[in-house]
Amino acid sequence: MKLAVWTYEGPPHVGAMRVATGMRDLHMVLHAPQGDTYADLLFTMIERRNHRPPVSYTTFQARDLGADTAGLFMTAARDAHARFKPQALLVAASCTAELIQDDPGGLAETMGLPVPVIALELPSYQRKENFGCDEAFLQLCRALARPMERTTRVTCNILGPTALGFRHRDDAQEITALLSEMGVEVNVCAPMGASPADIARMGQAHFNVLLYPETAEAAARWLEREHGQPYTRTIPIGTNATRAFIEEVRALSGSSLPVDESRLRQPWWAASVDSTYLTGKRVFLFGDGTHVMAAAKVARDEMGFEVCGMGCYNREQARPLRALAREFGLEALITDDYLEVEAAIEQTAPEMILGTQMERHIGKRLGIPCAVISAPVHVQDFPARYSPQMGFEGANVLFDTWVHPLVMGLEEHLLTMFREDFEFHDAAGPSHHGGKAQPLTQSATVPHGTAAEGGSTPPPAASLPAGMPSLDNIVWLTCAERELKKIPFFVRGKARRNTEKFAVEKGLHEISVDTLYEAKAHYAR
Amino acid sequence: MTDLTQAGCRSTPVLRERGQREVFCGLTGIIWLHRKMQDAFFLVVGSRTCAHLLQSAAGVMIFAEPRFGTAVLEEKDLAGIADANAELDREVARLLARRPDIRQLFLVGSCPSEVIKLDLSRAAERLSVTHGPTVRVLNFSGSGIETTFTEGEDACLASMVPTLRETHDKELLIVGALPDVVEDQALALLGQIGVNPVRCLPAKRAELDPAIGPNTRYALTQPFLGETHAALQRRGARIISAPFPFGAEGTTLWLKAVAAEFGIGPDKVDAVVAAPRARAEKAIAAAARTLRGKRIFFMPDSQLEIPLARFLTRECGMEAVEISTPYLHSDIHGPELDLIAAGPTLSEGQDVDLQLDRVRTTRPDLTVCGLGLANPLEAEGLATKWAIELVFTPVHFYEQAGDLAALFARPLRRREILAASHPNRMEAAE
Repeated sequence: MKLAVWTYEGPPHVGAMRVATGMRDLHMVLHAPQGDTYADLLFTMIERRNHRPPVSYTTFQARDLGADTAGLFMTAARDAHARFKPQALLVAASCTAELIQDDPGGLAETMGLPVPVIALELPSYQRKENFGCDEAFLQLCRALARPMERTTRVTCNILGPTALGFRHRDDAQEITALLSEMGVEVNVCAPMGASPADIARMGQAHFNVLLYPETAEAAARWLEREHGQPYTRTIPIGTNATRAFIEEVRALSGSSLPVDESRLRQPWWAASVDSTYLTGKRVFLFGDGTHVMAAAKVARDEMGFEVCGMGCYNREQARPLRALAREFGLEALITDDYLEVEAAIEQTAPEMILGTQMERHIGKRLGIPCAVISAPVHVQDFPARYSPQMGFEGANVLFDTWVHPLVMGLEEHLLTMFREDFEFHDAAGPSHHGGKAQPLTQSATVPHGTAAEGGSTPPPAASLPAGMPSLDNIVWLTCAERELKKIPFFVRGKARRNTEKFAVEKGLHEISVDTLYEAKAHYAR
Repeated sequence: MTDLTQAGCRSTPVLRERGQREVFCGLTGIIWLHRKMQDAFFLVVGSRTCAHLLQSAAGVMIFAEPRFGTAVLEEKDLAGIADANAELDREVARLLARRPDIRQLFLVGSCPSEVIKLDLSRAAERLSVTHGPTVRVLNFSGSGIETTFTEGEDACLASMVPTLRETHDKELLIVGALPDVVEDQALALLGQIGVNPVRCLPAKRAELDPAIGPNTRYALTQPFLGETHAALQRRGARIISAPFPFGAEGTTLWLKAVAAEFGIGPDKVDAVVAAPRARAEKAIAAAARTLRGKRIFFMPDSQLEIPLARFLTRECGMEAVEISTPYLHSDIHGPELDLIAAGPTLSEGQDVDLQLDRVRTTRPDLTVCGLGLANPLEAEGLATKWAIELVFTPVHFYEQAGDLAALFARPLRRREILAASHPNRMEAAE
């Protein structure tokens, strides 16, 4: 048993629903108790879909448990087929139905429905949403994809986009356009937009482009093994990765057509002098493994940020993420407990978070700006405008969205110069974000007169901690604490941490104004 | 006020359907209950699905640390119930150590905990011994196999009734979790009318919980409190039967029924409520300009459907096509049904696909439905009002009556404003 307040991933049947909802002419029958239909609103509200997900639920209740839940399932399956006439039917059980062991797959098989019925095993008490996507898509491919002759022209399949994915709609469009520029036609993009008949002809493609290992890696591996289709390993997020992806596609397709980079603005936007202030900004990354690994490289190599922490919630990606973190001189945080992530962020005191909807909340609590780079996301992360993360337009989008939460460069300078202006102070927040600037209130009481006068006199009552100084028992003198407050908020966390670390190294029990500036000089770059 | 003697629809035959029910489970009630009871924590013993529902149903995650969480069952908990109990005890101890401000802990049963027959009432007794008297541990079921949406609040309040102290005083008990502002207004009105003392269930904090006994008279403020009603009767308390305090008419009738029970005549009530009632009627009239003559279809959701249909048909001039509710309690909903003019289809339960067929056939001007159905219906050119907003918004009593009417008017006004650019403008013109 594990206490969860917020979860990064839903249960596996929600993953399977993401696959089904992304597709056309497919229907899913989910053996599930009343109430599990809440999952529909993820799609109709958060993603603003204008159709109900193609899912029929058995919605059994307590009175059905003693009676015939299996019969209920068969009725639901028969009705769903008659009403929706899908090309194929997915059947699965949610967590409660798993416990009553009605075996939806076996039941559906006995019904003799005239369409392929694909049964999913979704162990709800072990696995999560991403597994549900990956597994559902794999089973669809296994059941439907037939060996076929390759197309005459070089084609590929795009694997991975699902319903409710973070920018999947636009990524698929951007990458399709990029491939088309290279003379590579997309045979099937799946699951999103594909019908079961499309899945059947996936074997015609020469290779596969895997966009999201979270949702489609198992299928990519199976297609490689069974249909001899190699798949791309590079995730085209950021300028460098997109260029590497183009090279990978060239190697797989033999394409030598040039790719037009004239609409790629990110490199110049990052190089232009206005962006100098971004240099060395400390960012903490958290999300799904794929997006975090890609974003870490963009943050360091294309934005000039310093990555001060990274992690992911999906254990499936722990190994490559740990390896990348080591390369960055960091230890990766692998957890699905958002309180642990919050503690890590608080301790690291970054200047910005690149995370999920969850980290947006953490950032709000800790007063740290946050941009969203990964699922889970909320309604505001399904924009009306075209806004991919991948390809060259994706690189442009990353630049804009990551810079937006920050205080602008010149504003940052002014705040550093005039940090106690009553109207224009750091607690007012970035001026382009709206919100009402609170007038600066003078602290009414000064706890220790002697220290407040600017000297380094320790507070009279404070007894010095015994033993060796450590980060836990170090004391900030009031004067130093006041001086620290004059440092703009976006670097204050870093200054506090560095000073404490410096003091411990020097064996100091107390931090005075001098210690603060000595530490500043020590860490100057 | 409209004539009360016309034939209502208490005797209208009810269409009962069984099929896919597109409704929330009772866990959803935790979203508002955990804010109402400020020293309570709701620990769902369930699956990842339960946790996911709670954060999705909340729509947005609540910024402050919520006073609810899910103890997610894992494979090993399913293998042995003894272990599951030990695990639960450990999680509760950790939780209470981290939240020393908690005075009431609700163990909330879910579909999986019920199917594996994890006995949360015994767990609550055991944990009460361990953590009492500082913390009172209770249990109720919010599972989808036992409860539909607002029945979760009902189950929660019903679980509290046996623990309430005994009293022989004649007191009024207002039952149902109301927003603070509404509760304050209700108490002020009752005070001016001369009804006192007045207690509330649930109270904001455990120490304010009401006492109860044979002289307690209680009035429900929500139409979904059937189990709580039964539990209160078992304690000897007596219900004051009345329409629910929605709209100017409902509020007046509710107050008069309460006053009568305390020996206060309707003239006194009329005198006290004259000003707020006039304000309510004025505010309702503004929204009714949009609503008058429009046809409304209620999908089953919160059990508020019947009282709201009464309000919208009698005070806002709407015409009800179908009024559907998850459960129809004849003694609780009876006074409401008496007031609704015969005509609309009354239905209980749901087969969602069949019901959607009826929506498409009758093409109402406004359909009240859950979040999963609203956008798909809008995309078909049918205006909707999502029902969950009705339990998340202060809508009871006079000062909110205009807001309640406006909740239904807004989607219609919005469609008018957007008519020229709406994606369904062609269909609408047909």
